[in-house]
Amino acid sequence: MKKFPYTPLQIAVHLYAWSGLVLLLFDYFTGNLSPNPIQDLEQRTGRHAITLLVLSLLCTPINTIFKWSEPLKRRRALGVYAFLYAAIHMIIFVDLDFGLAWSSVIKEVVEKPRLIVGVIAFILLIPLALTSFDIWKKRLGKNWKRLHQLVYLIAPLVFLHYIWSKKGDLLSLQGEVLKPMIYGLIIGIFLIFRIPPIRKALASFSTRSLALLNKKDPQPKVDTP
Amino acid sequence: MTSLFKTVPIRSSEITPKSVYLSRRDFMKAATLTTGAALLTACAPSVADASADEAPVPTSGATDELGDPVNSYSDITNYNNYYEFTVDKQQVADEAQGFSLAPWTVEVGGLVNNPKTFGIEDLLKLFPQEERIYRLRCVEAWSMVIPWTGFTLASLLEMVEPTSDAKYVRFETVFRPEEMPGQKSPFYPWPYQEGLRLDEAMNDLTLLATGLYGEPNVAQNGAPIRLVVPWKYGFKSIKSIVKIELVSEEPSTLWSNIASNEYGFYANVNPDVDHPRWSQASERRIGELNRRPTCPSTATANRSRICTTAWI
Repeated sequence: MKKFPYTPLQIAVHLYAWSGLVLLLFDYFTGNLSPNPIQDLEQRTGRHAITLLVLSLLCTPINTIFKWSEPLKRRRALGVYAFLYAAIHMIIFVDLDFGLAWSSVIKEVVEKPRLIVGVIAFILLIPLALTSFDIWKKRLGKNWKRLHQLVYLIAPLVFLHYIWSKKGDLLSLQGEVLKPMIYGLIIGIFLIFRIPPIRKALASFSTRSLALLNKKDPQPKVDTP
Repeated sequence: MTSLFKTVPIRSSEITPKSVYLSRRDFMKAATLTTGAALLTACAPSVADASADEAPVPTSGATDELGDPVNSYSDITNYNNYYEFTVDKQQVADEAQGFSLAPWTVEVGGLVNNPKTFGIEDLLKLFPQEERIYRLRCVEAWSMVIPWTGFTLASLLEMVEPTSDAKYVRFETVFRPEEMPGQKSPFYPWPYQEGLRLDEAMNDLTLLATGLYGEPNVAQNGAPIRLVVPWKYGFKSIKSIVKIELVSEEPSTLWSNIASNEYGFYANVNPDVDHPRWSQASERRIGELNRRPTCPSTATANRSRICTTAWI
C-alpha cells in the first residue's frame, strides 16, 4: 500500500491558504460581504496576504528554535500564496475600486506613501514569485538565496502599508493600531532573529535546551532533505 | 415615555422597499470586473428646490437634494463607525444590543445663562422633530444618504442662552465601559469629545438627531441623541451625547488628540484637501459600485452651494 503522500502541515498550509479565497467567493456570491463590499474584498485579500507572508517568515525561526525542519519545506508555498493574494488585492484596487481609471490610480498612488510602499512591496514580490520554481533555484545558484532575501525588505514595507491604512498614529500608539502592531512585532522579532550573531546564539541555546529536555537523545534529529 | 427608546426589532423589509433592499445583492451580482468604467462624472448639477412648504415625502424611497436615494435601513444600521463598541463596523450593531438608552439625560452648561439638564423625553417634547435627509461623508472616503429626524442644535442653544464669552460648543459621549467594550481600549483617549465653533453650532443645518427612518434612532447609530453636521466629516457628528458645554476656547477633540494633522478641528468635507494618507477627491457611496467625486461642502454659513444638504 502506498504511503499517504502529504504531511499534516502540508495539508494545513494549503487548506488555510485557499480558505481565504473560498470564504471570500462564498460571501461574494451569497451577498454576505459588508455594505462596502469592494473595501471588504480589498481588506480581506490584503490581510490574508500579510498573514501568509508572516507565516512564511516564521518557518526559519521555527527550525532554528525547535529544530523542526518541515516548515522550511512549506515556506515556498506560503510565499507563493502570499503573492497570489497580493496580486488579487492589487487587481481589486485597480479594477473594482478604481474601475481601471489608470490616471486616477497613478495619481492616488504617487501621492500617498502608504500606497507607494504597498506597490513597491508588490513589485519586489514579483521576481520572488517568478523564481520560485526549482529550475530557477538551480539556475540562479547562490544568487537565488540573495534574491529571496528581499523578503526582509518586503515585510517591513508591507507592515508600513498596513498601519498607514488605519486611522491611528504609530509613534504615539494611539488609534486603530493594535492589529497592525501585532503583525509588526512578529515581523520585527523575525528580523532580529535573522541577524547572524543572534541567530547563532539562539541556535546553540536551543540545541542545549532541547538536549536538556531530551536527555535520552542529546542529538535531536534534524531531518534535512 | 421610557419605552420610546427601547430597541424595537424592525424588519428592514417593512421600511425599505424591496428594490432598494435587494440592490446590494443585485449590484454585487452585476459586479463583474469592470472594463474602464466611466467614473468620476461631475457632481449632479441639478439641485432640488427645497422650499419650506413642500409636502413631506415618505421616507422610504426619498432622495437627497441631488436626487440620490437614501441608503437602506439595513445598511445604515449595520455599517457603523462607533469605536466605543468595536472598530469592526459590521459588529457594532451586535455589540450595541445591550446598551441602555433610558433613562438618558443631556447636561447643557458652561458659559450660558440658563444651564439645564434635560431628560431625553423633555427634549423630544420641547423641540418639534423634523425630518432631514443628509449625506454622511466618512473621512474614510465612503458616504451614505440618511433620513434623520431631530431638531436644530440652535434651538437648544437659544433656550440656554450662551453668554457673550461663549465661542465654541463642546460635546461629550457617554462613558460606560461596562456597556461599551471599546472604551476599555487603551489606544483611545476616552470619552469621545467633539466641538464646533459657535456660529457652526448655530447654523440651521446642524442637527441633533433622535430618529432615523421615522423611527427612534438605534444604539449602533448614536441613539438616543447625536449630532449631525452634514458638511463635516462623520467623526465630527458625535454620538450618544450626555454633555453639551459652551466654552471660550477651541475644545480638544478625540481624533485631533490622536492625530491633529489628520483629523483637524474643522474637518470640512473638501475634495481638494486630502487626508495625508488617502485621497478625498472621490468617495464610494454605500450601495454603489463606482467611485463618485466628493461634493465640496461649503454649506457652512451662507448655504450658497447646497451640494451637501437638503431637507424635506
